[in-house]
Amino acid sequence: MNDQDTPHVKEETVTLDAGELRSDSPDAAEDNIACARAPVGLLAELTHRCPLQCPYCSNPLELERVNTELTTEEWQKIMRQAGELGILQVHLSGGEPTIRRDLEDIIKTAADAGLYTNLITAAVLLTRDRLEKLKEAGLDHVQISIQDVDVNAENADRIGGYKGGSAKKKEVAHWVRELGLPLTINAPIHRHNIKSVEAIINYAVELGADRVEVAHVQYYAWALKNRAALMPTREEFMKSAKIVEKMREKLKGVIVIDAVVPDYYAKYPKPCMGGWGRGIINVTPSGRVLPCHAAESITGLEFDNVRDKPLGEIWLFGDAFQKYRGTDWMKEPCRSCSRREIDYGGCRCQAFALTGDAANTDPACSLSPLHAEWAKVAEVESHKAPPEFIYRRPGGAAPKTSAKKAPAATDA
Amino acid sequence: MAEAAPRTRAIIDATSRPVMPAHVKLRHDAGRGRWLILAPERVFDPDDIAVEVLKLCDGQRSVADIAGALAKEYNAPSEEITTDIVAMLQDLADKGVVKA
Repeated sequence: MNDQDTPHVKEETVTLDAGELRSDSPDAAEDNIACARAPVGLLAELTHRCPLQCPYCSNPLELERVNTELTTEEWQKIMRQAGELGILQVHLSGGEPTIRRDLEDIIKTAADAGLYTNLITAAVLLTRDRLEKLKEAGLDHVQISIQDVDVNAENADRIGGYKGGSAKKKEVAHWVRELGLPLTINAPIHRHNIKSVEAIINYAVELGADRVEVAHVQYYAWALKNRAALMPTREEFMKSAKIVEKMREKLKGVIVIDAVVPDYYAKYPKPCMGGWGRGIINVTPSGRVLPCHAAESITGLEFDNVRDKPLGEIWLFGDAFQKYRGTDWMKEPCRSCSRREIDYGGCRCQAFALTGDAANTDPACSLSPLHAEWAKVAEVESHKAPPEFIYRRPGGAAPKTSAKKAPAATDA
Repeated sequence: MAEAAPRTRAIIDATSRPVMPAHVKLRHDAGRGRWLILAPERVFDPDDIAVEVLKLCDGQRSVADIAGALAKEYNAPSEEITTDIVAMLQDLADKGVVKA
């Protein structure tokens, strides 16, 4: 993060952005609240059901079905275990978490267990009544995703594949503030809204948000499938980065602006997950426990289920967590790299997807032999006309020929 | 009635009366043996001085009052403490951890 140091207070970021989870700290390793004993954050994917169809969704291409979802009691048990384990924050996510009618019960249990509760929502299903109930249950913070600013509602609704979504989100954001809940606006950025970055930040201020995440899409899962449709050019990206810098200065003390860059255009790989099995634990709708929400793309890893074992045991001893925790698993050039405990070799899923071995250096790193070839993909794709979106929907990753045609993807 | 988010930057000086908003929580974490500040998608790790200061930030006491209390407790010059905690609280205000 770009924040300056505060005297007497160290800062740790536990942020969940479009397709990316991070737990950054300026201080590596030992003196860190993210330690092997307990994760800082729990990402609870309550369901993969969602009314929106964003083509950059970070859920896996194979969406889990409603009949496999954990029960209310099972989620409550997880929240209690999380509290006992020393987890500090729970991010209630999905899919769309408000689809679960038992969200109030889950929040109540989480709050009682001492967890800081964060609702990550597309907001379109919320009523004011429901929001009030969630607050009464102990909800601490609301994050609403937007696709574009309200004056570009048509573009926003086209991206999300949900008519009227933009207007509804605005209404819900208003209720959030009316109820005195803190609000973060999350805006996944790509070539169809990158020109709106400044407007999006101003819109977040107008909505009364305390934080805005200018989160460039991370190219995994659905976003990887739609990469050619979503990737901005390097020039557009650089321009957006300058705007963020300018707005941070201008809006200092008014709104916190967090930015996530697309690693295709970054110098070093991101410290994905703040290090594997180090700061964040993810539970899928059916109870599978993952070191990261994309981890299932690495074939050969074995994942435990909270239906079979307690969360703490899985975190400490589970095969998938042990496999890439720390630095012992590293090969060269990571092994002897001075940045090995800064970026932890980048993203294991990206390394696996491109090299077939998750223990290799993430191709986002300039020290990877595949880096130049990989980075060129973005350059080439971003300069071509964007193909149509492959919308995120069950079975949508392998569309049948009879599938309904999605609206044409044109630049806004 | 909920208060609107601050749309102008709060400038901290000796007369400010800082307070942590309800959604920011100063919590003792027994497992890790330290105090932590929980905020939206952020965890802050305050040292002993920061904890002392934040415990006194109740929206009633001014920064000068807080500095005075700490000066007594640590037997240190109040002006130095004021400068130090104004810098800290200004940064925390910019990050939304305290308001004034």
